[in-house]
Amino acid sequence: MHIQPILAALRRHKAGTILIALQIALTLAIVCNALFIIHQRLAHMDEPSGVDEANLFVISNLWGAQYSTPELVERIKEDVATLRQVPGVQDVTASNQYPLEAGGSWDNFITLTPDQRVKTTDASYFTGDANFLSTLGVKLIAGRDFRPDEIQNRGMREKIISPVAIISKAMADKLFPHGDALGKTFYAMTSDPITIIGIVDVLHRADVSTWSATYYGESMVVPIRIAEPWGGYYIVRARPGQLDAAMRAAPKALYAQNRMRMIDPKDGLLSFAEVRRRAFERDRGMAILMSIICAVLLAITAAGIVGLTSFWVGQRRKQIGVRRALGATHGDILRYFMTENLLISLGGVVIGVLLTFGLNLWLVTRFTLNVLPAAYVAGGVAMLLLLGQGAVFAPALRASRVPPIEATRPV
Amino acid sequence: MFTYYLQLGLRSLKRNPMLTALMVMAIGFGVAASMITFSVFRAVSGNPIPQKSSQLFVPQIDSWGPEQNEKGDPPGALNYVDAMALMRAHQAPRMTLIYKVMLSTLPRDANSVPVSAQGFAVTADFFPMFDVPFLYGNGWSNAEDDNRVADIVLTQEFNQRVFGGANSVGKNITLSGHDYRIVGVASHWNPLPRFYDVWAEDGFDNQPDFFLLLNRALDLHTDNAGRNSCRGTITYNGWDEYLHSNCVWLMPWVELDTASDAARYRRFLEGYSADQQRAGRFGWAPNVRLRNVTEWLEYREVVPPESRISLVVAVCFFIICLVNTIGLLLAKFMRRAGEIGVRRALGATRHEIYAQYLVEAAAVGLAGGVLGLLLTVGGMSGVGLLFAPEIARLAQVDVSLVGLTFAAAIFATVAAAFYPAWRAAQVQPAWQLKSN
Repeated sequence: MHIQPILAALRRHKAGTILIALQIALTLAIVCNALFIIHQRLAHMDEPSGVDEANLFVISNLWGAQYSTPELVERIKEDVATLRQVPGVQDVTASNQYPLEAGGSWDNFITLTPDQRVKTTDASYFTGDANFLSTLGVKLIAGRDFRPDEIQNRGMREKIISPVAIISKAMADKLFPHGDALGKTFYAMTSDPITIIGIVDVLHRADVSTWSATYYGESMVVPIRIAEPWGGYYIVRARPGQLDAAMRAAPKALYAQNRMRMIDPKDGLLSFAEVRRRAFERDRGMAILMSIICAVLLAITAAGIVGLTSFWVGQRRKQIGVRRALGATHGDILRYFMTENLLISLGGVVIGVLLTFGLNLWLVTRFTLNVLPAAYVAGGVAMLLLLGQGAVFAPALRASRVPPIEATRPV
Repeated sequence: MFTYYLQLGLRSLKRNPMLTALMVMAIGFGVAASMITFSVFRAVSGNPIPQKSSQLFVPQIDSWGPEQNEKGDPPGALNYVDAMALMRAHQAPRMTLIYKVMLSTLPRDANSVPVSAQGFAVTADFFPMFDVPFLYGNGWSNAEDDNRVADIVLTQEFNQRVFGGANSVGKNITLSGHDYRIVGVASHWNPLPRFYDVWAEDGFDNQPDFFLLLNRALDLHTDNAGRNSCRGTITYNGWDEYLHSNCVWLMPWVELDTASDAARYRRFLEGYSADQQRAGRFGWAPNVRLRNVTEWLEYREVVPPESRISLVVAVCFFIICLVNTIGLLLAKFMRRAGEIGVRRALGATRHEIYAQYLVEAAAVGLAGGVLGLLLTVGGMSGVGLLFAPEIARLAQVDVSLVGLTFAAAIFATVAAAFYPAWRAAQVQPAWQLKSN
């Protein structure tokens, strides 16, 4: 295929050529960045929680009466016992928060020495009893679980420091990179050291914010029963297949046992599937929006190429007829238009790659997005070249069918 | 002449239905994507209190020091000690302190259950500072703050739920076991973003049920239900020690009418911090900020990044649609070069050709605007899928959005037609007539 005559012809259609190239360039920039955003959001949504999500639900229990700390401890113990009696319930624990809770969450700065001013890391802070790990279905990979006699009660603003903690592997690796965290100590804004007695495989933080991305997966559990006047959470694990029944029965059982409580009809009772859905709502929304925009954009760009090429074909019928009369085959004409589009597309993607990185750089500085991997751009370039070839195929085919007789007809 | 051009334009649009449909769709999708994302952006980036946003300020004092503060910035709220010191200093004409509380209402009878109610503990100046409108009664006075009485202001919605909308001023309400005297009912007041509490929440949560007298709430040890942030080793044990800890949780606002008042107040904050340094409470040089409402909302990054990114991407999408439209208009106009040649030969001026094709483009823009509006209205119902519910419900189609949709579609299409129409006007009549 000779490129020279194509370039000569393009020079006579500067405006159209530039417009197609520009459109391909801009499409590449938007699609690459949008796909990258989609990928990141999907990866965020897929973050493992480490808990048995299929069978878990959470009750947010607010007290409707004023109880003293000892009373609160009794109420919580009663509630846990009541929930255990609910048919279909396998295990129950009371906690201050739960993984993927989002919203306001509880985290503590972590240091290795008591007088350290700058934190070593930050951990999501869970309180739990001896049933915390078994209820959530978190996998203990080293050390031991809490013993029932280790559980301390903590009233509002009380200074209760647990001497022991179970931490996630991510946090253990951050604090002690050599893998010897078990038995070591750390400080969680406490004056006394906390000994690591157990390490769990994965336990997602309660928060899912961009802020906490640096501390991804870093969580700690202490054997404390939080007895605060406002209330707390009950995390309930249902027997397999009995989640819905247990979820219906659990609030009724609690109200029957003590009606001076408030379980919000909208947010008070959440299956873990709903917890996950809410936690990543924004990410899902972004992924959907970006997908729609990508799809429509590619369609419009393809349609634009079809439109302009059809126009060119219509304009050049006479010339095509002349070429056919002079011996050019169907294939020659087809290849001519395909090559012409490839040349324009190549020009477009070259500018497009620059625009893509420019837009990405802007997003990185403005929205702290990550730097776009080159593979995405390569994929985007391949996609747009294919799109161009696909779009040009129908008009090019029509051009190739122009009969040689056209050469003799007046335009 | 305009109507004639319009007729010509419409006829020409009918001649190439595919090409026309393509252009209308490109404009329609582009404008709809921009409008949907813009309506969300407009809702979250609005000025919640335009009449006073430059007179209301958040005083920030660095009580944590350079190693523990927010990357050089002082914490976004005050601890109890500093908050009370600023209140006592009376250096601003008006000042309020705010923290979030969650209380329970009594069950109505033996068969019903309590219901939770949430609101803010505030001081007297809260109501005049933020221009809170009242349906019944009023806020309370500074003297009542000092007397630490159990006053409460209900919101209209909460008053509706509890008292069926009746004038409840003077009545008592029991919340979490304590009685409060209702002094006022605020009529629908819910500025969004909820600027006065964006340190503790995202600014779009459920609206509060009540505002109660801060000193009374403190006396009752009513716990803070909002955000609380501490540094270093936590040593407090019990409420009183907590109040004297470095934990920040009280949101301060001051009203300063002029720039010189603001400058004077900033000097006061610096002086206060210097005093604390001299007294040995702060081991660092004064580090204070005084941001007004707009600066504060910006600093707190109240507009979700999702909203900004989607607006940017949607506008880029619209631009690509326009580039596409330029190409298609060019193809469409140039295909009629022969026709233009005849018209020019019959005496039409370049100017008239130019005007004719711009009018034709405007017709495309109008059609694109109609499609865009339909897509926008349809898309609005899907906004709930794209943004968090508390933000999605703020996005609405109103008259200004409808106007903007049409204006954007027509203006953009006409702008896109400038070059193709100019090319059409440049057609040489002789050339066209000769080749025919």
